[in-house]
Amino acid sequence: MTDLITDSLRTERVSRFINTLNQARALGISVVEANAEHLILQLPYSAQIVGNPDTRVIHGGAITTLMDTASGSVMICALPEFELCPTLDLRVDYMRPAEPDRPVFARAIAYRVTKNIIFTRCEAYQDEGNTIANCVGTFMRIGKEATPKPYRDLIAGSDQ
Amino acid sequence: MTTPEVLKYTQETGDFSRMLESIPYAQFIGLTCDRFGDDLIFRLPRKEQNLGNPILPAIHGGVIGGFMELSAAIYLMMSQDNLRMPKIVDFSLDYLRAGLDRETFAECRLTRQGNRVANVMISAWQKSRSQPIATARAHFLMEG
Repeated sequence: MTDLITDSLRTERVSRFINTLNQARALGISVVEANAEHLILQLPYSAQIVGNPDTRVIHGGAITTLMDTASGSVMICALPEFELCPTLDLRVDYMRPAEPDRPVFARAIAYRVTKNIIFTRCEAYQDEGNTIANCVGTFMRIGKEATPKPYRDLIAGSDQ
Repeated sequence: MTTPEVLKYTQETGDFSRMLESIPYAQFIGLTCDRFGDDLIFRLPRKEQNLGNPILPAIHGGVIGGFMELSAAIYLMMSQDNLRMPKIVDFSLDYLRAGLDRETFAECRLTRQGNRVANVMISAWQKSRSQPIATARAHFLMEG
């Protein structure tokens, strides 16, 4: 049987993964789009993550978490089987503050996958082409066996 | 609100509660700060909501980043005469060890203060300061 991974399967796997992350649930992060090329996540606006109550702009930390989550989940779209990949490093450049009352999106790509390392790029935006922050990251591949099988099965779902 | 009055009060008394209450994100992750002489130690208490990896379990890497980022901004603000929140320009973060489900600390160091830009180093640890779980550096724009 060929292991055909569809985009809806990718979306389901990433959603299941994100739902196991307490902080991502607390922030209300959800999947917008998942395909072989990229993953788009959404962070809704919320008063609890505001960094400056005067401007009501959300704190950069919430954007960092959104981009770390997107970059750390995009390998689910890129790899045939689920592997938990710890973050080695992240570099975030902040272009402009996010506008209040509107969601922030993060589009991540795994632009290079090697035996040991995954290299990612991620862009946070509210309007297409109007970047809020850019992020590059590297993630380590510790192998799928490093993740307990019940957890891998949970992410893979009943489709395996 | 993080008004100049609140910042002045914090600087003079070393009591960070009023300032931290004015920053929703600080409350969201649970950040607190203590002053020992001139040194500031930032603290992220153990908090279920801050977890990412449920298997270890470990604190979400983004929360560790946000904690260090906010620590650096507060540290910088307290070390200035200019009582305004500095604007973050970029942030570079190395994860050295898993941040386990326990209390986390951070301290900051001003590497270079220019006229408009400041460079801050941040180190975060859990059990032992000599074994950091993450190190980071950030550039901030000082305005006004």
